[in-house]
Amino acid sequence: MTAYGFMAPAGLLVLLFFFLPVLIVLYLSLTNLASANFTSNLAEMEFIGLRNFQTLLNDQFAKKIFFNTIFYVLSTLALFNVTAALIVSLLTAHINRRAGFIFRALWILPRITTSTVYILIWRRMMAEAPFGIINQVNTALGWPTWNYGSENPWVFVILVNGFIGISFGMIIFTSAIESIPKDLMNASLVDGSSYLQRIRHVTLPLLRWPLLFVVTYQSLSLLTSFEQILLLTDGGPGLYRTEVWALTAFHRALSNYFGNTQWGYGSAFAVVLVIIGVVLAVVYMRVFRFDELVAEPRIEVL
Amino acid sequence: MEVELTNLSKKFGDVVGVEALDLDIRDGEFVAFLGPSGCGKTTTLLMLAGIYRPTTGTIRFGDRIVNQLQPRDRNIGMVFQSYALYPHMTVFGNIAYPLKLKKVPRQEQQRRVEAAAETMGIAHLLDRRPGQLSGGQQQRVALGRALVKEPDILLFDEPLSNLDARLRLTMRGEIRSLQKRLGITAIYVTHDQVEALTMADRIAVMNLGRLQAFATPDDLYERPPTKFIAGFVGNPPMNFLEIEFAQENGAMQLRSESLELGLPPEFAAAAAAADGAVTFGIRPEDISLDDYGPVSGEVFVVEPLGRDDLLDIIVGTEHFLLLADPKRKSRAGDRVRLSFDMTRAHFFDPRSELALSWK
Repeated sequence: MTAYGFMAPAGLLVLLFFFLPVLIVLYLSLTNLASANFTSNLAEMEFIGLRNFQTLLNDQFAKKIFFNTIFYVLSTLALFNVTAALIVSLLTAHINRRAGFIFRALWILPRITTSTVYILIWRRMMAEAPFGIINQVNTALGWPTWNYGSENPWVFVILVNGFIGISFGMIIFTSAIESIPKDLMNASLVDGSSYLQRIRHVTLPLLRWPLLFVVTYQSLSLLTSFEQILLLTDGGPGLYRTEVWALTAFHRALSNYFGNTQWGYGSAFAVVLVIIGVVLAVVYMRVFRFDELVAEPRIEVL
Repeated sequence: MEVELTNLSKKFGDVVGVEALDLDIRDGEFVAFLGPSGCGKTTTLLMLAGIYRPTTGTIRFGDRIVNQLQPRDRNIGMVFQSYALYPHMTVFGNIAYPLKLKKVPRQEQQRRVEAAAETMGIAHLLDRRPGQLSGGQQQRVALGRALVKEPDILLFDEPLSNLDARLRLTMRGEIRSLQKRLGITAIYVTHDQVEALTMADRIAVMNLGRLQAFATPDDLYERPPTKFIAGFVGNPPMNFLEIEFAQENGAMQLRSESLELGLPPEFAAAAAAADGAVTFGIRPEDISLDDYGPVSGEVFVVEPLGRDDLLDIIVGTEHFLLLADPKRKSRAGDRVRLSFDMTRAHFFDPRSELALSWK
């Protein structure tokens, strides 16, 4: 009983801010609620079964948006949230401690900067020729200018999100590297390894669990992230060039053209995302044996 | 391989780890670095291993100066207190790791790992992981890994501290005999004086980053050059007492507030010349309970050690530790008489704490 008592506050929060919204969204996705037919009398809201999902399946852009999402999640994860994060933590672990600390602190800046400010900086950087900081540099160096925003929107969407994503993996990996016993690191050098060989044979194998954790956690959080894309490209340029699933849910439900918001239809998009998220989470827990992941540390000291 | 340290220092910012260390280690010698925590012994070992770079001074292996060499170019084997086995590799993988890095052919790896495992008596454990081994087995694997590449020098960093007392005793003998048989120069860091005394050919005693003495175990025990060593080497520790000398009826006497003892003739001349107070030291085994002894005291504490009773005896205001036969069934409060074997007395200058070599 005491146990439940202690868990109650946290449980209540999860219920209020996670389960309840999921239930509401689930319910909304089964209705035709939209600004077009919205009256102050909620009883007039029509229950339409799975019709929203039917519309979604036949939506000519749904497929494009779906693959956009997969492309976005996989590239950001592979290039930045895991690989770049790993490189930053390995590099900063092998240089002067203080310098490493400063370097890591710099990498946290994108995450703690207000997103609007952060995105504004990027938009100034990538602005169309002849404007934009990158184009100014290009001009100064005698290189051709370029319309980055319209020609390579994905590069910037991934960079913008990747720069934020690095810090998460970086913190996890750095603490894991620091927690490898000093003796073990020294033993490897004495046994004859170079620093690179030590990373390959000792450090990386010991980072297996943190690596899996970052992959699982970050893929789920990338799936649902959209605010940076919203502010940077708003899914454009053109028709859904960089639109991802979570952004579509937002667009449909809350920010459709001419204020014509389709709350019911948008909720259907959100529900699909919830289902994908839950399925992935279960798969991760099974495949990566999450219970072991959160159990005792894998690095045995003695 | 001979090892020569010349004026070796290591500073961490303003903190002195090791200062001006000079040491010559002979080929095939077993040298122990002995000292309390923070005395600089592990720092010295890590400089020998190439993990730390010396602030000043040189390290010579044979006729090569190795200051600038990476650990892997020094051909050393090292055994750590925490064993430092790679948890994700099997025992075989652990022992084979140095060979793999040296690009030794696979078949020879197999042969040499099996030979090393045989020597260490762990041949049946080759496909286990470190987590599935006991502490003693892990330490054997660590030794096997250090030996498999046939190093010129073996470094030990308190390798037995994490083992239980019984196992420590066995491993002590094993490491010692293995080292003698292979003839590898070994440097062994420990804070346990029994390990140093029983295993080493010579002991380098360190304190506060400085070398206090470098001598054979016998020398250190019989003729401790400083008061620190006299108190550190030997268990139970030496008794110390501030005394003065006085002449009475033509014979020299040693006096403190609560004690008066005759001095054997070999000390007499030097004692007569001594000026003021001197620190007198005597080991517990050189004091005995003797019903006709010249000193009387009272038993304060009895600590039964099995073979002996360790007695803490009050003489006047002074405490003395000594070992007594348990058959005497000494009890706290007993009145006893003591005799001191003054031929085995030690004297130290109370200010410099250096031994006064009067014999």
